[in-house]
Amino acid sequence: MLEVAISSLKLKTPLMLASGIMDEQGDSMIMAAEHGAGAVVTKSIGIEERNGYENPVVYELDTGLINAIGLANPGIDNFMEEIRKVKNKNIPIIMSIFGNPDDYVFLAKKAEDFGADAVELNLSCPHVKGFGSEIGQDPELVEEIVKDVKRKVRIPVFTKLTPNVTDIIEIAKAAENSDALVLINTVKSIAIDVWSKRPVLSNRFGGYSGPGIKPIGLRAVYDVRKEMNVPIIGVGGILTWKDAVEYILAGANALQIGTAIYYLGWKAFEEINEGIKKYMESEGFRSIEDFSGLAQKW
Amino acid sequence: MYQRSKIIEKIRENENVYTLKFKTDINVKPGQFAMVWIPGVDEIPLSFSYVDDVKGFTFRIVGNGTRALGNLNVDDYIYFRGPYGTWYTDEGKSALFMAGGTGIASIAPFIEKSGAGKKYAVLGGKSIKELFFIERIKNSVDNITVYTEDGSFGEMGIVTDGLLKYSYDVIYACGPEKMIKSIMKKSSTRVQASLERIMKCGIGICDSCSINGYRVCRDGPVFKHEDLIKMEDLGKYSRTLSGKQVIM
Repeated sequence: MLEVAISSLKLKTPLMLASGIMDEQGDSMIMAAEHGAGAVVTKSIGIEERNGYENPVVYELDTGLINAIGLANPGIDNFMEEIRKVKNKNIPIIMSIFGNPDDYVFLAKKAEDFGADAVELNLSCPHVKGFGSEIGQDPELVEEIVKDVKRKVRIPVFTKLTPNVTDIIEIAKAAENSDALVLINTVKSIAIDVWSKRPVLSNRFGGYSGPGIKPIGLRAVYDVRKEMNVPIIGVGGILTWKDAVEYILAGANALQIGTAIYYLGWKAFEEINEGIKKYMESEGFRSIEDFSGLAQKW
Repeated sequence: MYQRSKIIEKIRENENVYTLKFKTDINVKPGQFAMVWIPGVDEIPLSFSYVDDVKGFTFRIVGNGTRALGNLNVDDYIYFRGPYGTWYTDEGKSALFMAGGTGIASIAPFIEKSGAGKKYAVLGGKSIKELFFIERIKNSVDNITVYTEDGSFGEMGIVTDGLLKYSYDVIYACGPEKMIKSIMKKSSTRVQASLERIMKCGIGICDSCSINGYRVCRDGPVFKHEDLIKMEDLGKYSRTLSGKQVIM
């Protein structure tokens, strides 16, 4: 009863491992699937190898985490082996890609060649200049990149959007050729230490994730669903089955889990799946689709 | 949410090895580590080398972060988050503690606290310049053997040469991965070992320090035998800062 389909992707559960969390290595992504992730999204991969930022790259808050890992990745060619490992276990894998506007087609085609089941365009990383959200805040650029990639690959194309915009609907509409929209990436933020009197992260700015951003993600999903029929993958602060159900009621068709792994470990997937199932039994729903977007009526 | 503690003692253990001691009431178990922040320079994982009311970090100067730490003095502040990770746990009546290089810092407090009836220690380093805590450890074990590769102190040899010196039913090890792999190959005794890999977040989310699905920062750094034997990459492959797999 937890199965969902997003475009041609068929998932055993509605939960995916979100990009950027425990997904630099094939073996880690396999762990996520073994604990109940219906699919895994890789760390964002670019053309060239990148070391990311110097430490500190993460800071713990009462309400979540701030991170600026800095798009560390081994470069797409070095990543093939990790994808192969995951594919060998028949786990659906979505490759997250980032780069300059011109890089996305190249990366998406490579991802398809490597056997990725879908690509997720990272148009929303909040902490690396020139990449991610700087592209994702420009509707014309978003529209162009999505159209170009859609023309060149057969696998589904997901687009992950940034909440760091005035009007997320405008950006969502620019990305409407996507097979799904992923809402939301982290929220641009800063952490300051009172004793040393300076920003903590080496990059100064980072992306805020975890329970504190759930209402922001929920609002983005609700707003975009009101205007559009495109499948939506909800992400941002999902820690419990209730959070998951809220996102589905707002209009999400599937979900991604990231920072919950910091709080709960791998069992986050099992617990949330189990909770959703019990909720569905108690409310008489037979599929996720049955209650996706129900809160839109009001 | 860094903790800030005032340094109450600084000890030069060896040419390039320092201990900084400070008071904090947090509860730390032997084997656990902290992410130590040197504002404006770096943040590095360090095992606690003292775990009582007075805590301590012992480190070799190898880069900018440890150099800046080594420049701190009594009354300066040390910033850290933690403690993180797993700790050593007693699982045998007679124990062999094996440590190479700065691995000595992590295992020393456990040698003191372990409830094993018989305790033997084997320490090793390239030369006398890498060794520290020998007197401290001597005081809590029944017997100790020290190896140096150049013979500048103790016996000439490497840590694994000490496997046949004593009889014991569990090995606790901390040191280079190749040393741990070699212990596991050469011995049929149960091993509990603390691993070290490139670490970024320290809290189990970034995947930098993972080995075959195990996170050194969260599922470790101290791993039990059952888990160690499942790590195909142990002593064979490591990861660079970018996550690229390389031969060790």
